[in-house]
Amino acid sequence: MSSVEIPVRVARIDAVSDHIKRVRLVRTDGLPLPPYSAGSHILVNMRVGSKAIKNPYSLMGPLHDTSCYEITVLRTVSSRGGSRFVHEHLRAGALISISPPVNLFSLDLRARKHLLVAGGIGITPIMAMAAQLSALGALFELHYCTRTHTSGAYIDELKTTYGSRLYHYDSARTGRLDIARLLDQQPLGTHLYVCGPHAMIMDVMRLAGEAGWPSQHVHAEHFTAPTGGEPFEVKLRKSGRTIHVKQEESILQALENAGLEPPYLCRGGACGQCETSVVGHDGRIDHADHYLTDEEKQSGHKIMICVSRLKGSCITLDM
Amino acid sequence: MLVAGINSRPTYPGSAPGCRSHEHVLYAETASAENEFAAQLVRLPIQFLHRIPTLTTALQRLKAVISPSRMGTRTYAASSETLIGPTVQIAQELGMDPQSVIAEHRGALARQIQFTEDVRTNIVKCAHCHSNLLVRDHYSKRLAAFQGVCGDAEIPGELPEIAEVFK
Repeated sequence: MSSVEIPVRVARIDAVSDHIKRVRLVRTDGLPLPPYSAGSHILVNMRVGSKAIKNPYSLMGPLHDTSCYEITVLRTVSSRGGSRFVHEHLRAGALISISPPVNLFSLDLRARKHLLVAGGIGITPIMAMAAQLSALGALFELHYCTRTHTSGAYIDELKTTYGSRLYHYDSARTGRLDIARLLDQQPLGTHLYVCGPHAMIMDVMRLAGEAGWPSQHVHAEHFTAPTGGEPFEVKLRKSGRTIHVKQEESILQALENAGLEPPYLCRGGACGQCETSVVGHDGRIDHADHYLTDEEKQSGHKIMICVSRLKGSCITLDM
Repeated sequence: MLVAGINSRPTYPGSAPGCRSHEHVLYAETASAENEFAAQLVRLPIQFLHRIPTLTTALQRLKAVISPSRMGTRTYAASSETLIGPTVQIAQELGMDPQSVIAEHRGALARQIQFTEDVRTNIVKCAHCHSNLLVRDHYSKRLAAFQGVCGDAEIPGELPEIAEVFK
């Protein structure tokens, strides 16, 4: 988990568009890479100056090839360093390390039909899903929304592979996807998978709820990057230590920099692995995760230390 | 041997008022004598009301009703497990998550054991292999039945006291 790292070499980097790069990684210690299921992601360890960054990226296939992994990286405006590093500094031949794959966004293969909805760079786990479903001969549709033709990665490749099963919506040209209408037309036993910008995921999940879809049939993946904020202190109840969380650090990073090894998996507020009990705090907790329920967030007894922080001066954690 | 507290034992949180759906399929069981209840149902604005005297036919009708429906159709079951189990089983066969069936347990606690119906005691003899089955919380949603295990495999005949525990 936290401590297992796989050494890899960047085999090649291809520009998919101006802002999107596809990176192929091969293992350097002679062992095969662990096989993975569609929807899995890895953490890529990067060192930018003195800062260690671990970013989650979805694996996008080919699924049964254990000789390499492929990820797609969008250069984001609000990059905390990872995507900018990949775009500006990472070169073929570079030696880095990754975590083993983890799947928080898996297909439910009991479904009679699978409805895949992707927005922008959210296409990466959805591409792996389409590949797995196609290989299984399962019934699926892929709905892919992009802002302009050039910003949508892999459209030509997807058209060639999936033909009429691909529905492409280019909001600047062909119009937007009518999600409510799409959800209303699905046969019983359909599972929905959505990945894309935060607003789109929230929109789709809300509309699915309003259309009477049971929550068990609606799957989403949403990683949040820790945003940084005002510095504060973390007190650890068990060891009595006090650790300073800097402006650009998450609690998890600050604890790691202090030599601690709290459990984590996704580092994006999605998996729940780093859930930590709060003993007390001043100010208020700024919850940024997608894991805790609204009630849990309001109670102030739990925090996801990978993305959430304190707006205040000191928080005491049960660790 | 672990008898209670097995995770496969389903729980039925009951109806969810305010659940938004465009179509609701309700499935309820009532004793034939309770015609007054049926008469009340007739007065409600229900689109289709099927009154069916036998479980087997009722389940076939249920499947025929929900099979061609769209997502947004929710199934509710209020009855003993004799009816909830097969309802969830049908939903599952149609690709629905078993937890998506909104079920409320009403009436008798008698259990369906695989190969044996309407079991009320903690020990029951299997009608097929004649083993003395210990009735545990181990449940198969696929088979819509509890799974009995041989209760005296080590020392034949040595069994817990037989009692009517599922009333």
